[in-house]
Amino acid sequence: MIPATVQLVWLVVLLPFVGFLANGALSFVHPNAKTAVSVIGVGVLAAAFAVAVAVVAGLAGAPGGAPYDVHLWSWMPAGSLEVDLAFQVDQLSAVMLMVVTGVGTLIHVFSVGYMREDRSYPRYFAYLNLFVFFMLVLVLGANFPVLFVGWEGVGLCSYLLIGFWYQDHANANAGKKAFIMNRIGDFGLLMAMFMIFRATGSLSFAEVFEAAPNQFGVNSAEITLITLFLFLGCVGKSAQIPLYTWLPDAMAGPTPVSALIHAATMVTAGVYLVARSSVLFAMAPFTGAVVAGIGALTALFAATIALKQWDIKKVLAYSTVSQLGYMFMGVGAGAYAAGVFHLVTHAFFKALLFLGSGSVIHAMHHAYHATHSHDDAQDMRNMGGLKAYMPWTFGLMWVATLAIAGIPPLSGFFSKDGILAATFGRIPDTPVFMVFWLFGAVAALLTAFYMTRLMLYTFHGANRTGDQEREHLHEVRWIMTGPLVVLGILSAVGGVLNLPHILPGAEWLGHWLEPVTEGAAAYLPEVHLAVPTEWMLLGGATVIALLGIGAAVALLKPAALTRAAEAPAETGVRRILLAKYYVDELYDRFIVHPIVWLSRRVLWRVVDEGVIDGAAVNGAARTGKLIGWLGTRFQTGQVGTYVVLFVVGVLALLHAMTR
Amino acid sequence: MLLAPALSVSAILFSIGVLGVLLRRNIIVIFMGVEVMLNAVNLTFVALAQQLGPEGQVIVFFVMAVAAAEAAVGLAIIIAIYRHRETVNLQKLNLLRG
Repeated sequence: MIPATVQLVWLVVLLPFVGFLANGALSFVHPNAKTAVSVIGVGVLAAAFAVAVAVVAGLAGAPGGAPYDVHLWSWMPAGSLEVDLAFQVDQLSAVMLMVVTGVGTLIHVFSVGYMREDRSYPRYFAYLNLFVFFMLVLVLGANFPVLFVGWEGVGLCSYLLIGFWYQDHANANAGKKAFIMNRIGDFGLLMAMFMIFRATGSLSFAEVFEAAPNQFGVNSAEITLITLFLFLGCVGKSAQIPLYTWLPDAMAGPTPVSALIHAATMVTAGVYLVARSSVLFAMAPFTGAVVAGIGALTALFAATIALKQWDIKKVLAYSTVSQLGYMFMGVGAGAYAAGVFHLVTHAFFKALLFLGSGSVIHAMHHAYHATHSHDDAQDMRNMGGLKAYMPWTFGLMWVATLAIAGIPPLSGFFSKDGILAATFGRIPDTPVFMVFWLFGAVAALLTAFYMTRLMLYTFHGANRTGDQEREHLHEVRWIMTGPLVVLGILSAVGGVLNLPHILPGAEWLGHWLEPVTEGAAAYLPEVHLAVPTEWMLLGGATVIALLGIGAAVALLKPAALTRAAEAPAETGVRRILLAKYYVDELYDRFIVHPIVWLSRRVLWRVVDEGVIDGAAVNGAARTGKLIGWLGTRFQTGQVGTYVVLFVVGVLALLHAMTR
Repeated sequence: MLLAPALSVSAILFSIGVLGVLLRRNIIVIFMGVEVMLNAVNLTFVALAQQLGPEGQVIVFFVMAVAAAEAAVGLAIIIAIYRHRETVNLQKLNLLRG
């Protein structure tokens, strides 16, 4: 029996969709009705959050029956394939439900202030509502096809919002890049779905995960291939090596979009999928190592790039890629609760960082707009000393910075430590995790360094914005700082959700998620760190974080910076880092160019124009014409010929009939 | 019983008609070839009616009536063609050539 409040889950999904329809209609009929759009856009999200709280409360009140399968209607009954439109409410989707609607509401509120002067205000909120709708479908879907609809839907909204200011060609191209790179991942997800259906005859989570232990052998080729294909989907969606390059470009969209889609929710869908399919991943230890390895490598690689970016949003983008790598390291090591925990805390502090950077950009843009300057409002070399002008943003961003750097007792410290401890715990049974753990530790050091660098260059030192512009710099309005305050509190205390097991009241989230992860736990080695080891890891993490911050403060000299327009060219390693290891250029040369060449020279000129147009289409016409021409040769117009043929025909018939 | 000679004459007449249609160029002659063929068939009907009952003879009268109508229409067409093209040579009437 499903509790009555859990039944309401369809309302959570429907509300943002209604908001999308209303705002979408307003964008056509009444584009200037900004008050109505704000009320609808934020209102549906707040209502969805309220209903979501009720749903989760209903679940928490009767956790025994979970997962609750809220069946709406039969979607694709096709022979042995039975796909229902159904939502699954369990402990994992409850966590995601809270993050998506909660953080989503805050970001919607922030958007009211950030996008206030935009001409396409209703269109923005329509897309944002639609995104939340699809994200909820993704995390609530009770089978792979429903998840896939959400998966593609958030990709669509991501594309629409990256290219929101499509008048600028670069933004439209960034949107296309994100969309196309995600197609590669989607291929993997589709392949995995086909293989799962062939093996188990079902696509619903409950049936697949129940059948999996009997259907697949542990570490068999089939389960390894399925999970690798699933992970390919995650690599695309969650921007891991080698498909990460779309995420930094996605910063072309409005900053609240970066906070919601490209930091807090959509890009974590891959982590969610791995945690959701934890049974399958636990049965394939090879894939687990691949997931953790790719995650560790991405965490380190992206962190090094973030060291030398000047665009404030680019730093945060690479930081997001790096933190997503941490999450995959956690779920790859089998610590699903730790991965999801970092997902949650990351949603708090990274949303705060992005919204804070949004406030900074908003203020900078405002100042440059006032003096009609064309300087870059996102370049940190043009900032500096903003703490005097934006004290709220300054203070709250420091909270988030300390959280992501891993200073106790802020949230990021516990979540990052959880992942590193889980990776460390896997070293005895799989020695390669030693390398991953080292990567993670170094990345943690770099994280503390580049985040401190961002804060130093943006808020400390002397102001470099410009003499005339300086007087126009001021703190943003309360509607933008309000959500920051809430996120700041969450970033600070979010750690209590899942304290290490050596502390009292520990591992609440881990226990909460146990019903979801216990199926996987049977296949994973028991990881139990001794209490002294655990304390040592906690101490080490603190030292690393302090070392990173201290190094940044000691080594970086904000006073020596010049404005972006006057800055000298970088040299050596710095130049390589600034150019992001030339990965985009490499992809361009070795993948994009050959494909474009193949498409133009071979597929277009030879296959399309030669084979399809030439041989098939025109060839058919030419053959018909030839046959027709042959037919006309009999039409001499001479009655004599016709009569001869007629007589011959009659004789042939008579001959045939009389023999 | 003159069945065999009658059928032989009929066959010869029919062949003459066919050859006339095939070999001659003048529409009038061709038309005459067609009439010869019709009468050859009539002869066959009459000859066979001796043994198979009177229906064959009835059909002969029908054929004659239709042939008369056909002759009238055919000659009218020939006259119309002649007025239009000033010739009755079939080789020059080749508007149907493809």
